Amino acid sequence: MNAPPQDALPAQFRPGDRVRVRRAHPPGHLRTPSYIRGQAGAVERLCGAFPNPEELAYNRSGLPRQPLYRVRFRQAELWPHYAGPAADTIEIEIYQHWLEPDEATR
Amino acid sequence: MTGLHDHPHDHGHDHAHPTAPDADGPQGYYQVLEVAVRELLIAKGVITADALRSQIERMDGANAGRGGALVARAWLDPDFKARALEDGSAAARELGLEVGAMRLIVVESTATLHNLVVCTLCSCYPRPLLGLPPDWYKSRAYRSRAVREPRAVLAEFGTIIPDNVEVRVHDSTADMRYLVLPERPAGTEGWDEGRLAALVTRDSMIGVARAAAPPA
Repeated sequence: MNAPPQDALPAQFRPGDRVRVRRAHPPGHLRTPSYIRGQAGAVERLCGAFPNPEELAYNRSGLPRQPLYRVRFRQAELWPHYAGPAADTIEIEIYQHWLEPDEATR
Repeated sequence: MTGLHDHPHDHGHDHAHPTAPDADGPQGYYQVLEVAVRELLIAKGVITADALRSQIERMDGANAGRGGALVARAWLDPDFKARALEDGSAAARELGLEVGAMRLIVVESTATLHNLVVCTLCSCYPRPLLGLPPDWYKSRAYRSRAVREPRAVLAEFGTIIPDNVEVRVHDSTADMRYLVLPERPAGTEGWDEGRLAALVTRDSMIGVARAAAPPA
């Protein structure tokens, strides 16, 4: 069902893959919250491919479309003093160009 | 008489009652910009004033009853629930609920998992199924705290989640919208769809509350 049309980049990651969010701070309109940059998580699902919002914001086409993933992170790894059980999680939508493979963590 | 206004009304009016200001004050930059763009679009025939009015009416008319219908059906029909978890938008359309281009993800809360939805970047919200978001959903306090200390935020809403239940926050940062499928309350065995839907509150579909308990 998710066969990418020609104007979309191929998906590099699959559910379960370990990924790390790039620690970058480019200017402009970004949909990657600061608090998640540099963090490692696991791909929960591929949501499809969408025009890159960082380009759309400046009236460009946003093509090729970027694969968009839901990535699951452990809350205890994000916040130094997280007041909750280790099992608590957070899921965020992140575009592929913000993700890199993360073999270092399990 | 109760509250602040507990004096009788046959007194002399030698003091000022609080009143609403007569004028809203000067419009801000973006308010002026919005008016200018809107008037230009109408003047140039790109949209009509009536089309704009009707779109606002449609958005204001959407309410959480639509999401509640989807949840109640999912509680009653396991096959429908499976389809809703697979593709929320398709499931909504199956019930005749108009969702437009919205890409909906339905997340199921269970005895071991509690879901909570936030949009830290702005105020993304499944409007076609829940209507306009409440003011607190758009507040900086909710948006920043729901990700960092979700259990404290939940407790302030009166929702205590035991430590053996995972809290999973969904930050709605991009193209998908989220609807929580809350747990079906105990004591509702044999209930029909309409009765069940009445228990499905807006807040339970955002995840700050559970579905309402059946009246005792």
